[in-house]
Amino acid sequence: MKRTLVILLRNPLSLIGVILVALVVLSAIFADFIAPFPEHRGSVVDFVNFNKAPNATNIMGTDLVGRDLFSRIIYAFRISLVLGVVVLAIATPIGTLVGLFAGYVGGKTEFILMRLTDVFLSIPPLVLAIAMMGVLEPTLMNAMLAVTAMWWPWYARLVYNIARSEREEGYVLAAEVIGASTPHIALREILPNCLPAILTKMTLDMGFVIIIASSLSFLGLGVQPPTPDLGSMVAEGARYLPDSWWLTVFPGLAILIAVFGFNLVGDALREILGADQ
Amino acid sequence: MTPVLRLLARRLGISLIVLVGVSMLIFGIARVIPGDPARIALGPNATAEQVDALRESLHLNEAIPVQYGYFVKDLLRGDLGTSLYTNRPVTQDIAQFLPATLELVLFAGILMVGIGLPLGIWSARYRGRWPDHVIRLVSLLGVSAPSFVWAVILMLLFAFFLPIFPIAGRISDIYEIERVTGFLLIDTLLAGNLAAFRDAFWHIVLPAFALAVSGIGQAARLTRANMVETYDKPYIEMAQAYGFRARRIARKYAFKPSLIPSLTIIGLDFAAMLGNAFLVEAVFAWPGLSRYGVAVILRKDLNAIIGTVLIISATFLIVNLIVDLLIAFLNPRIRYSQRGSS
Repeated sequence: MKRTLVILLRNPLSLIGVILVALVVLSAIFADFIAPFPEHRGSVVDFVNFNKAPNATNIMGTDLVGRDLFSRIIYAFRISLVLGVVVLAIATPIGTLVGLFAGYVGGKTEFILMRLTDVFLSIPPLVLAIAMMGVLEPTLMNAMLAVTAMWWPWYARLVYNIARSEREEGYVLAAEVIGASTPHIALREILPNCLPAILTKMTLDMGFVIIIASSLSFLGLGVQPPTPDLGSMVAEGARYLPDSWWLTVFPGLAILIAVFGFNLVGDALREILGADQ
Repeated sequence: MTPVLRLLARRLGISLIVLVGVSMLIFGIARVIPGDPARIALGPNATAEQVDALRESLHLNEAIPVQYGYFVKDLLRGDLGTSLYTNRPVTQDIAQFLPATLELVLFAGILMVGIGLPLGIWSARYRGRWPDHVIRLVSLLGVSAPSFVWAVILMLLFAFFLPIFPIAGRISDIYEIERVTGFLLIDTLLAGNLAAFRDAFWHIVLPAFALAVSGIGQAARLTRANMVETYDKPYIEMAQAYGFRARRIARKYAFKPSLIPSLTIIGLDFAAMLGNAFLVEAVFAWPGLSRYGVAVILRKDLNAIIGTVLIISATFLIVNLIVDLLIAFLNPRIRYSQRGSS
């Protein structure tokens, strides 16, 4: 653990990743103190200062009703991160359990569970979430639900592949010989060997969840205004290109920075943990 | 039966099972929709009798499994019902909008393979040196933003600030092209109208590139990772000892075995592009299936939603089938295997 951290901080690229992630996470947590205009996260209207280009007071300009863009982006990070954490916290255990039992038990269980996984995997990810949001009311809760529904199969497949190859290993046979129960073998023997891969995937997925969630709200199917969300901010600003470029460019760059940070860290983790195995 | 044919039969069977599952899933999702679809379709001014009549004709009063039965029966006759939004058969709507999306996605797919793979090969060949670092950084940036962000940035740079490409649409209004395949790049050529072809080509470059950016990054990263592994194999060392040129080693010995795992992921990325087309089409006002999809979703048009998702999933399954077959042809272990292992 400690060694992993040292390697992470030594490599310049992963160090940049750690810094970016720290910046995004810290500004999301301490948004109330960092944002110059905390009240602008809601439906404040300031028609004197609307649609202003970046300047000394509003370093990223103001939106069409005069709210400070920088403040809103910082609060939008909060929404993105909460959504990412909740989605992964629900999708990972579900997918892991499905993959674990399908991979270890085999037979009919394997066939049914993995075909079910295939069904979810054969609708292009965004399309499934879009279809679900089309049916549900566009709220933060439902957006989390829709993204979770498309996310667990990826973990099921990852864990299934590992579990299937572990099934033949000596330590599993040994546990079977002494009469350990199926849940014990799956959860206590095989699962620990899947953890590095799961953790790495979770770091990389944090970025992807942010991408998918912002895509939903970009289409108007996610978090609704006035709640600040990076995707809906880009969508709103895109109508005023090229004159009010800051309305789209800054929220867009904010997505890029956050996801890039998580990807850098995830990449580095994959290399470190992969080499450790 | 040859191994490849047996593989095809097996994959077709699984695809069919999956497609039935997808149809049930989508049908289920569409039926938990809050509100009465008949009431939504007819609007607030319709009488109760009219709503009842429509409910009856849509089989909405039956149990959901029975409704699904009717749906499958119609589907087998090639009937996906009527769109409540356009008042036309859903199949007709899809036939109109699908080619534009397919053209965009296929063009983006060509860009993904045509740019992503060479970048990956380069990166692996110069592993640890500056071309490798630059390519790795750029490809990681590519996968780090949703395609609508790339679409907006590219549009701002290459359509507004440097007005090289058009801002929206598939072709300029001045051209009237007879619709044969629905693919404008092909139809313009069939009509022998080179000016129109050029125009359509200019229109597709920017949206297709925006759609392809993350796929390019993904393809480059994967190819590099697989090739770096291959470079450690003894036969590469042997080739190097023979004094073959680095370029030949990269292409012939290191790239070929790395292509197979890359292809699987490229198939999956293609699927992602079918979804991401929703975002790019919105930015560039591309008149494709995705724009239609968003429109019908916002209007809770059930038949159209089910039809659209089903067609996209079927397209995706077909692409994956093609990729699997390609892999089977490329992989001598499958091509020559006697038992046709799966």
